[in-house]
Amino acid sequence: MKILIRNGIVVTDEYEKSLDVLIEDGVISRIAENFTADVDIVLDVEGSYVLPGLVDAHCHLRDPGYEYKEDIASGTRSAAMGGFTSVACMPNTNPTADNKTVIRYIIDKAGREGVVHVFPIGAMTKGLKGEELSEMGEMKEAGIVGVSDDGCCVENASVMKKVMLYAKMFGLPVICHCEDSKLAEEGVMNEGELSTRMGLRGKSKAAEEIMIARDIILSQRFDVPVHICHVSTALGVEIIRKAKRNGVKVTAETCPHYFTLTERACEGYNTLAKVNPPLRNEEDIEAIIQGLCDGTIDIIATDHAPHHIDEKNVEFDKAASGLVGFETALPLSYTALVKPGHMSMSELVRKMSVKPAEILKIDKGKLVEGKMADITVFNPNTEYTIDTDKFVSKSKNSPFHGFHVSGRVIATIVNGRIVVKDGKLAV
Amino acid sequence: MNINKKDILGIAELSREEITTILDTAAVMKKIIQGDNKKTNYLRGKTVLILFYENSTRTRVSFELAAKYMGADTININVSASSVAKGETLVDTGKTLNSMGADVIVIRHGMSGAPHLLAKHVNASVINAGDGMHEHPTQALLDMFTIREYYKTLNGLKVAIIGDIFHSRVARSNIIGLVEMGAKPVIFGPSTLMPSEIEKMGAEIAPTINDAIREADVVMGLRMQLERQKSALFPSKSEYAKFFGINHANLSLAKKHSLWMHPGPVNRGVEMTSGVIDGINSVINEQVTNGVAVRMALLYLLAGRESCRDVKQRANIISLPVQEVYV
Repeated sequence: MKILIRNGIVVTDEYEKSLDVLIEDGVISRIAENFTADVDIVLDVEGSYVLPGLVDAHCHLRDPGYEYKEDIASGTRSAAMGGFTSVACMPNTNPTADNKTVIRYIIDKAGREGVVHVFPIGAMTKGLKGEELSEMGEMKEAGIVGVSDDGCCVENASVMKKVMLYAKMFGLPVICHCEDSKLAEEGVMNEGELSTRMGLRGKSKAAEEIMIARDIILSQRFDVPVHICHVSTALGVEIIRKAKRNGVKVTAETCPHYFTLTERACEGYNTLAKVNPPLRNEEDIEAIIQGLCDGTIDIIATDHAPHHIDEKNVEFDKAASGLVGFETALPLSYTALVKPGHMSMSELVRKMSVKPAEILKIDKGKLVEGKMADITVFNPNTEYTIDTDKFVSKSKNSPFHGFHVSGRVIATIVNGRIVVKDGKLAV
Repeated sequence: MNINKKDILGIAELSREEITTILDTAAVMKKIIQGDNKKTNYLRGKTVLILFYENSTRTRVSFELAAKYMGADTININVSASSVAKGETLVDTGKTLNSMGADVIVIRHGMSGAPHLLAKHVNASVINAGDGMHEHPTQALLDMFTIREYYKTLNGLKVAIIGDIFHSRVARSNIIGLVEMGAKPVIFGPSTLMPSEIEKMGAEIAPTINDAIREADVVMGLRMQLERQKSALFPSKSEYAKFFGINHANLSLAKKHSLWMHPGPVNRGVEMTSGVIDGINSVINEQVTNGVAVRMALLYLLAGRESCRDVKQRANIISLPVQEVYV
């Protein structure tokens, strides 16, 4: 299949230029100014950005075990709609992805039913219990790209140290969900005036900050690189900044909701805004944007966390935590970061494509001749309101319904196959 | 006069005028309770369902009597014997009751925001009888009614609220209501039981119990909520009583005619000594009477008949001339 993408502006982490892109047999065969070629399909993208396919380093596909929320087929389609051509899925499935069998199941199913590249992340500990090491070696052979107990935190520092040392042997990125569950004190939202007013237990920012500090010190002491998931607080950013200055091998990630929403989204007991880590305050949004701009925060991930409507249409305390993120990540990030001038489109590409691939050590994020044709076409100029009913994901749990954003993914190409065309699924 | 609301979910949603209307109406209702024939017709033909997910004697009986005094039909739903034990959700329970023609649902629930969720899914008026740690609006209304009966106004009064503020919906509702009515709530309790940033709600946190009680017009104790504490936030009951309990010694710092209040039930000897509970300035029992009056007032304002034509046409005769009740 030969595809020509013309009239687009190619944006990589290094340049932004009007260039045409030729794809042949799943490979980027030519990137040059204004050329013609004999092809099967011409995509005239009329000034849209042509990006290396986005890479999501943190998402939940819920498969196996929670297919009523999402599965590999629907989740990868939702990812494609959001412009993601590669996703790394977390192991809190049922059964837990803590052994090679579940990993092989995921990879196999993704190969048959998925429409984007799926890179499983294996559990750090068996059953995510934080006690015994999982079979990281076997899972590595089966195809994991990293280890994480995301959703949970390994509370015992001695176990965490061993997780790090063991993962390092296999070259597996150590991906940390930082939360002291005891200090979290059963909180369901950020601790502060609003949680007090609403009579809801609050999760102190300290619960996150303490574990960020702990994992950074373990990283430093035992010389194991770590990646910090979903940073949500200003002090968290500051701790990471200082560690980087001291040469600690730490990378960090945030999600769009942490730089666009505050805890006030929970007002009226809006369970769609219930997420972990919780939404914080204005000063945290500012610090996170600053952190993204100065490189303290390396990547933007979605933490796409689908939940069935019945799990959200309950009392706030009972509601499941998490929001879907594939289909809103790029428009929100563009609208909140690039449009107001905080960063360039190239820098956003770095955060959402290049650097995530680097951290996961996968050969993605490169819009370069000879590489696999994983490409996202993004029109930054359309303005619209987000309609969660139109999401392709099985679940629609997003607090962004009705939000005005700029920018829509109009095409997504995975391994040379057009998965999304004219903003709609083509598969 | 009416308050134009479908539900009473919290004091936070009530204005000063609305609170005043409720208290004025309650004053009239109190006369009915103290009268010989407590049956009126204002809610005749209406149904009040009482849906308590948490244990209660006071509030539950108070609401049921209030509804009966207003002439309504009432049903007290025993949640543990209901389909809730089979796992039926709040929303489904609400829709079921709504479909049966409930006019008012009074709900007490262990989780904050539950009445708000229910109210979104039913046409019936929802009255919050206490949700989690959030609000207990009828308690705050009866407390303010009690204070107002003695002092004629709430404006400028220093009201000391002492105890486990963290878990207390009574404290939160009272703080909101007292601030709205111009009073000055001053709170005190163990630091481990003080919620984050509560001073931003308008309450002053006193540094010691004596500072809290000094020159107070009202001293209100809160129940040490043993059933809601998941872990020991204070070392022992006796230590609590010694450093945080209200007794005659520290009450001597309050104004001479200060009112001593407690939402009940009281842990005798813990948050308050028996001497205080049964003491000369204690209005704890009046609070209970006032609770029925306030709840009658709310039922009247939410679901009572607007005209007296129906009332006169029915066989039952109310104990007061109708003109006196309509304010």
